[in-house]
Amino acid sequence: MSHTPELVIKDLHVGIEGKEILKGLDLEVRKGEIHALMGPNGSGKSTFANTLMGHPKYEVTSGDILFKGESILEMEPDERSRAGLFMAFQYPVAIPGLTVANFLRTALNARLAPAGTNGDGAMPHKKGISPKEFRALLKERMALLKMDESWAGRYLNDGFSGGEKKRAEILQMAVLKPEIAIMDETDSGLDIDALRIVADGVNALAGPAMGVLVITHYNRILNYIKPDKVHVMVDGRIQVSGGADLALKLESQGYDWVREKQEVEKS
Amino acid sequence: MSIETPNLDLRDSYTEKYGFHDAEQSVFKSRRGLDREIVAQISDMKGEPAWMRDYRLKALEIFEKKPMPTWGPDLSTIDFQNIYYYVKPTSEESKSWDDVPADMKRTFDKLGIPEAEQKFLSGVGAQYDSEVVYHKIQEKLEKLGVLFLSCDHGLKEHEALFKQYFGTIIPSTDNKFAALNSAVWSGGSFIYVPKGVHVDVPLQAYFRINTKDMGQFERTLIIVDEGAFVHYVEGCTAPTYSSDSLHSAVVEIIVKPGARCRYTTIQNWSNNVYNLVTKRAVAYRDATMEWVDGNLGSKITQKYPSVYMMEPGAHGEILSIAFAGKGQHQDAGGKVIHCAPNTSSKIISKSISKDGGRAGYRGLVKVQKGAVDSRSTVNCDALILDEKSRSDTYPYMEIEEDRVTIGHEATVSKIGDEQLFYLQSRGIDKEEAAAMIVSGFIEPIVKELPMEYAVEMNRLIQLQMEGSVG
Repeated sequence: MSHTPELVIKDLHVGIEGKEILKGLDLEVRKGEIHALMGPNGSGKSTFANTLMGHPKYEVTSGDILFKGESILEMEPDERSRAGLFMAFQYPVAIPGLTVANFLRTALNARLAPAGTNGDGAMPHKKGISPKEFRALLKERMALLKMDESWAGRYLNDGFSGGEKKRAEILQMAVLKPEIAIMDETDSGLDIDALRIVADGVNALAGPAMGVLVITHYNRILNYIKPDKVHVMVDGRIQVSGGADLALKLESQGYDWVREKQEVEKS
Repeated sequence: MSIETPNLDLRDSYTEKYGFHDAEQSVFKSRRGLDREIVAQISDMKGEPAWMRDYRLKALEIFEKKPMPTWGPDLSTIDFQNIYYYVKPTSEESKSWDDVPADMKRTFDKLGIPEAEQKFLSGVGAQYDSEVVYHKIQEKLEKLGVLFLSCDHGLKEHEALFKQYFGTIIPSTDNKFAALNSAVWSGGSFIYVPKGVHVDVPLQAYFRINTKDMGQFERTLIIVDEGAFVHYVEGCTAPTYSSDSLHSAVVEIIVKPGARCRYTTIQNWSNNVYNLVTKRAVAYRDATMEWVDGNLGSKITQKYPSVYMMEPGAHGEILSIAFAGKGQHQDAGGKVIHCAPNTSSKIISKSISKDGGRAGYRGLVKVQKGAVDSRSTVNCDALILDEKSRSDTYPYMEIEEDRVTIGHEATVSKIGDEQLFYLQSRGIDKEEAAAMIVSGFIEPIVKELPMEYAVEMNRLIQLQMEGSVG
C-alpha cells in the first residue's frame, strides 16, 4: 500500500455558474483499494464525480487532480478516459441508433488505436481489436453481468430500465478496464436483485489492477461491496474518514453528527 | 485542361477523394448556353427519331416560358447561358472497362465502381458528363429479359416500349426543370423488368460530372412489370470547382400490379452543384414503391420523390436523409398521393444541419376524393449541430376524404452536451462522438440499405462531420 496513489485530489474547489460546490476536497485512491464516498443529498458528491471526469459545466477554481502523478485538469474527458479513469453515470444518457456493441468497440479501439492515427477520413477501427475478438470479449463480459447476448444489438441506454442502464455501465467498465473507477450512485434505483448483480460484477473486476470509488447515499450497496475506506462528505468537503465501520455508524446515526462536528470545528 | 483552383474551404477531404478532375478530353462539346440550335444539335448527334427531336424543342419552349420557382431555395444565381449543356466524353458506350478511356476508367476505379460491380451488383451503368461510357448487366438477367440500358440505347433499341411510357409520369410541363431536362436530356438508365422476375441483387448507375460549368441532365425510365422486383441504386460525385454546375434529372417509374421497386440514391455532389431533380413513381394494385433518398452533397438540392398510388393496395414509402453543411441548402422531402381506396404510405425524414447549413423537409400527403381507408404516417426529425445552422419543416396535407388515418410527428433536437460528454467519458474524442450521434440519428434509414451502402453512407457522414465540433 505504499506506492504513490493513482488518484490524488488536492484541496479541490469547484464551482458551477459561479456558485462554489466543492470547498477544499482532499482524497487519495490507490489501485487495489475500494473507497466509499458517502454524504447527504446536495453535499457535492455528483459534482465531484463529474469534475473528475471533466464535465465542461464544472469549473475548477483552485486545487488539483493528479492521476498517476500528473495533473489532468487540462485534459478532455476522452483523454482522461484513455488515461485510465472511468465513471459509471448516475443517469446514463441514451444514444438512439448506436448499438451497445458498436459503441463499446469504438471506445475500446480508441484506447488501442487512439484517434489521430488515421486522419484520412476513413472509418476508424482499422486497427485495434478485430470484430471476432471483440465479440468473444463482449460475450464473456456480458456473461459476467448475467446479460443476455441480445444486449449487444440494443441501442445504447435507449428504452433501458433503470436497472438495465446501471448494468450497462458496469459492462462498459468491464470492457474498458479502467485503473480507477468512480461509481456515481450506481445503487440508486436498483432493486435488490439488480443491486446484487451489479455488486457481483464490481467485485469480480476489483482487484490489484483497479481502484474503485463508490459514491453513494445509502449504506445498502456496502453490504455487497466491502470498502477499505469510507469518507463522509458534507458541504463540499470530506469531514470524516474511517474504515468500513464508519458506514455502519452512518447507517444507525445518520449524517447529523457529522454536520454537528463540522459546526463545532468551524466555531 | 482546367486551370481553376478548387474551393479548398469546402469539405477538404471531399476535394481529395471525389473533387479531383480529369483533363478534359471530350469528343464533342456544345458551345455555352441554350437555344433551339443546341437542342437540335443534341438530338442530331444522337441520331434520334423526329418525334423525340420535336419533343425536345417543344420542351425548350416550355422551359423558356416557365418562371423560376421562388417558393424554395434561392435559384436566382443560376446562369443558364454560362452552362455547357452537352459534353460527349467518348464516341461509344462500352460493355468492357478495358474499352473505357484510361482517364475515365481511372476515375471510376478511384470511386470504386468496377470493384463494387464485381462484388455486389447485378449490373452497372457509368455516366461521365453527358453520356454513359460503360454499361453492363449480368448475362443471366439479360436471358430473363431484363433490360438495363442507358436511356439513349433504350430509345434506340426499344423505341415502342420507350415511347409508350416516356414523359407520361413527368410531362415537360410539370415544372421548369423537368422541361429543361426534357429538352436536353442525355444518358441515365432505361430499365424493364419482365413479369414475375426478381432482380435480387441491385443494379447501379453512377453519375460523374467532370467538365467545369457543365450541366448533367440524365433521364431515367423504369418499368417494373407485374409481380416483379428491382432495386436500383444511384450514386454521384463531381469535381470541386469555384464556379457552379447544374444537375437536373428526371426519373419516371411505373410499378405494375403486385410489383415492387426500390430506388436508392446516395447524392454526394461537390458543393458547387445545383441539384434540381424531379422523381416520380406510379404504383398500381398491391404494388410497392420505395424511395431511399440520401442527400449529402451539392450546393442546393431540391428534390421531393413522389409516389402516386393509383389502385387499391398500393403502398408508397419515402425514406429521406438530408445533411447540410457549410454553404449547403438541402430542401428535400417527398410526396405521397393517394388516388385509390385502401392505399398506404409512409414518409420518414431525417435532416441534419451544421456549420451554417440549412436542411429541411418539404412534403405533401394528399388523399384524393374516393381514396377511403387510406393510411399515411409522416415522421420528420431534425438534428441541429450548432447555433449557426437551420432546419425547416414544411408538411403539406390535402385530405379530401374523412375515412382515412393520417399521422404526423415532427421533432427537432440539438446534439446534447450530455450525450457528447457521455461518449467522451468512454475515451471517444469529441468529433467522433458527434459523428456517432449523427450516425445513430439516421440509423433507422441506413439499416434499410444493403450493407455495402450502409457502410458507404456512414463513411460519408463521417466525412461531413470532419472538423465540425470545436
